[in-house]
Amino acid sequence: MSATEHLPTPSEYIQHHLMNWRTPPEGGGFWTIHLDTFWVSLILGFIFVGVFANVARKAKLEAPGRFQLFVEVIIEMVDQHLKEVFHGKSKIIAPLALTIFCWIVLMNSMDFLPVDFLPKVAQLIGANVFGMDPHHVYLRVVPTADINQAFAMSLSVTVLIVVFSISAKGFGGYTKELFTAPFGPALAPANFLLQMVELLSKPLSLALRLLGNMFAGELVFMLIAMLPWYVQWAAGAPWAIFHILIVILQAYIFMMLTIVYLSLAVEDH
Amino acid sequence: MENLALIANVQSFTVIAIGLMIGLAGVGAAIGVALVGSKFLEGASRQPEMMGALQPKLFVIAGLVDAIFIISVAVGLFLAFANPLLAAIK
Repeated sequence: MSATEHLPTPSEYIQHHLMNWRTPPEGGGFWTIHLDTFWVSLILGFIFVGVFANVARKAKLEAPGRFQLFVEVIIEMVDQHLKEVFHGKSKIIAPLALTIFCWIVLMNSMDFLPVDFLPKVAQLIGANVFGMDPHHVYLRVVPTADINQAFAMSLSVTVLIVVFSISAKGFGGYTKELFTAPFGPALAPANFLLQMVELLSKPLSLALRLLGNMFAGELVFMLIAMLPWYVQWAAGAPWAIFHILIVILQAYIFMMLTIVYLSLAVEDH
Repeated sequence: MENLALIANVQSFTVIAIGLMIGLAGVGAAIGVALVGSKFLEGASRQPEMMGALQPKLFVIAGLVDAIFIISVAVGLFLAFANPLLAAIK
């Protein structure tokens, strides 16, 4: 490090960490794509699918391995909740719930990597391989702390709610329900308004809950990273342990609410 | 640096806002989690066989209650370190 280079102030450090690796780099408004979110979530998704498919292919009835049992525990947990809550018939809801749970756990778990580890690696690669200014190499490792990822998932769930409603009640039945429930046909506009608020508040609350938790977690880890190195573990260890609970709890809540919303969609009013 | 007074003004109001946000949300979340916990203990002591069924629901609701608090902490920390309100001045 040269003598002229100064250490970043707390707010510069955090702002640097809150900037996504994006294309175009100067930001293109609506068409900005956050490449770090995209690649990290894609890679983690393939890791989940690959690991689970591998376990399923090698599954043994006699003397199952430890890892197979672990995977079975997760699947049975999801399956049990589905049986309790979801009473309709659907082939995609079980894989959907399992995917949501495991994928979000994996994405949230990126929080446990040291805050500076992957950004520093990216900085080294960016500076030495691509000849970029190391201060303009940005990387945010936790995909769920990016508002785009959180809303992408919750809006997909909303689309599924509409699809499930239509497939359970038919297009006419769903339209009728939108206009007649809960107050009856006389108050059709009020019903429609209420139903729309109900439908649109679901993705909002789902996404913001996940996002808020992960964003706060990430920020606290950054604050801890700015402490002197000899007190970092004293703050970092309790927060990391507490964060394990939050990470799994938020994935679990996202999954449970998806199941609940979808089961409400297929039930008659 | 002619805007120093303006910046100080925005920052002082932001600090008050952050304090209010985190403080009030903390009070709310604490009361909420306490209510959930006490009702869970009540239910579990009345019907111990229901404990297994109640526990996941306890965690879900505690997570839901906690989320509002955490969201407000996140917004508060965001305002503290990357204040978007200062952009109007700079």
